[in-house]
Amino acid sequence: MDFDKWQEIFESLRRHKLRTILTAISVWWGIFMLIILLGAGSGLENSAKRDFEDDSMNTFFIYGGVTSLPHKGLKPGRYIQFDNEDREILDERIEGIEYTSGRLWLWGDNLTKYEDKALSFDLRPVHPEHLHIEKTIIEQGRFLNEADLGSFRKVCVIGDLVKEELMPNIADPVGQYVNIKGIDFMIVGVFTDKGWEGERKNIYLPITTVQKVFYGRDRISQLLATSDSKNMEETMMMKERIISSLATRHNFDKEDNQAIYIWNNFENFKDFQTFFGMLKGFLWFVGIGSILAGVIGVSNIMLIIVKDRTREIGIRKALGATPRSIISMIVTESVFLTGISGYVGVLSGFGIIELLGYAMEKFEVELEFFYKPQISPAVIFSALLILIIAGVVAGYFPAKKAATISAVEAMNN
Amino acid sequence: MIEINNIKKSYKTGSTELQVLKGVNMHVEPGELVSIMGSSGSGKSTLLNVLGLLDKYDSGSYLLNNVKMEGLSEKEAAFYRNRFLGFVFQSFNLLPFKTALENVALPLYYQKVDRKERLRKAEQYLERVGLLNWKDHYPNEMSGGQKQRVAIARSLITEPKVVLADEPTGALDSVTSEEIMALFKEVHASGMTMVVVTHENEIAAQTQRVIRLSDGLVKNQVPVL
Repeated sequence: MDFDKWQEIFESLRRHKLRTILTAISVWWGIFMLIILLGAGSGLENSAKRDFEDDSMNTFFIYGGVTSLPHKGLKPGRYIQFDNEDREILDERIEGIEYTSGRLWLWGDNLTKYEDKALSFDLRPVHPEHLHIEKTIIEQGRFLNEADLGSFRKVCVIGDLVKEELMPNIADPVGQYVNIKGIDFMIVGVFTDKGWEGERKNIYLPITTVQKVFYGRDRISQLLATSDSKNMEETMMMKERIISSLATRHNFDKEDNQAIYIWNNFENFKDFQTFFGMLKGFLWFVGIGSILAGVIGVSNIMLIIVKDRTREIGIRKALGATPRSIISMIVTESVFLTGISGYVGVLSGFGIIELLGYAMEKFEVELEFFYKPQISPAVIFSALLILIIAGVVAGYFPAKKAATISAVEAMNN
Repeated sequence: MIEINNIKKSYKTGSTELQVLKGVNMHVEPGELVSIMGSSGSGKSTLLNVLGLLDKYDSGSYLLNNVKMEGLSEKEAAFYRNRFLGFVFQSFNLLPFKTALENVALPLYYQKVDRKERLRKAEQYLERVGLLNWKDHYPNEMSGGQKQRVAIARSLITEPKVVLADEPTGALDSVTSEEIMALFKEVHASGMTMVVVTHENEIAAQTQRVIRLSDGLVKNQVPVL
């Protein structure tokens, strides 16, 4: 430890308190903003990730469309309508498919009545494997099963918010009956869901029962299929196989991109990852920009310090100070100033992000777009590294100037 | 100790070139106490800067302690300034935020002498100039004479070959000037080679030899009787 050097640094900073504090604030602000920005970015990213985690990561959503190409003598303009057999085809013939389900839209007021209450909820007729696709969590009772579908049972599984609104005083609603669109269904389970709140206001119904009771026909509005693959190429191949199987069954051209629509959230996840990669890059850019402003401030201050100390530097040179020892003195001071103020910036930014995360958890604040903001050790490490480099850069040019000061001129100053 | 042959030095100011030293020849024997005199503009300050390795010269040769001082890098110049030379200035040039003791010890810092040893040696030299009681005082708490004594102690601490003094009494009253000259003579008596730049005849008269500089040339060298 070079006691004299540090004594001089403290002395130099102490002699100009206001200047030191203002400079420190500019660096502090830069690094503080960088940490806050990145923390906020992670909050956005984590909330989006949470939404993806809610549904199975690699899910195909398939809708029927209208053919646009003639195929095997058939004219374009035909509607493609899925039915239960389509789901079986996906389930049995497509390699790599894990879970499948259909969904059926129910039109009208969708009134659900219980005792004197009549409220409108989303009705969602599905197959049993829908449980895994939506990552539905059963709280009481059970989900729909094959037996329910096989014998067209009039049963339903309600969301915990449905239960709360419809029968807040009933501890265990399993076994109770609700009247849906005029027909009594028995509640066999209550579920919750980690996704957005609306999911918990759904009522799941056996799809076959709904087909029979409300449609009179075997129909599916939307097919869902999941894969456990995390590979983009495999996923794209699976998509091809799904299209060709459905094209064979419904007699449309595989190249007809309007006959059916397939939406895959894994592709979306990729886009999402790219998007957040870019967002992060942007945040770093902005953050580093504000650090740069701080660094230029420090560099300016160091220039002024060098000017102030010209005479002193001249004296030191006369006494045998080498250019190197002069540079080292100025650069150390600069690194010290940026280092300390930046370190405080990192700590305060980190503190605020952690506090925010803690407060959100503690007071159960649930925001759709913001979740668990965090700063990783890697970010802190890079921020500190940037600071050190910034300090050196900010100090170097003024120091270089100081080193070239002529001792004679300096002492006559 | 010092041998200077045909030293020339000019400064460029805009388009005009100003020849300050026009071929100076001089030498200083080991253990001599020499004064350099001259009116302002005679080139004496420039000569002192050249002697002190604080400024470069254009041509000629300079031997200091039998070492050729030619084409030195900044680092080498710093080394020789530190090892061979001690400086005493008109305006003392003490660092205001350091105590007398720390000021005296500073040249040893650039020799990488350990702090304890530095301060121990600085105490010895402060005692020699009679200011050991003032070691913890800052320059602004001292009189001009005291400051110059501290500066002299600082110039001696590295045990240099030559002490260069630039108008050392220029900022002092006559009584204090006498005290400082007495100290100089005392240091000289211990065997130190000394070069004093001055424009005061009373000061020059107390040295062994006077080198008179005029218009960038040595006019005459007069031994003081």
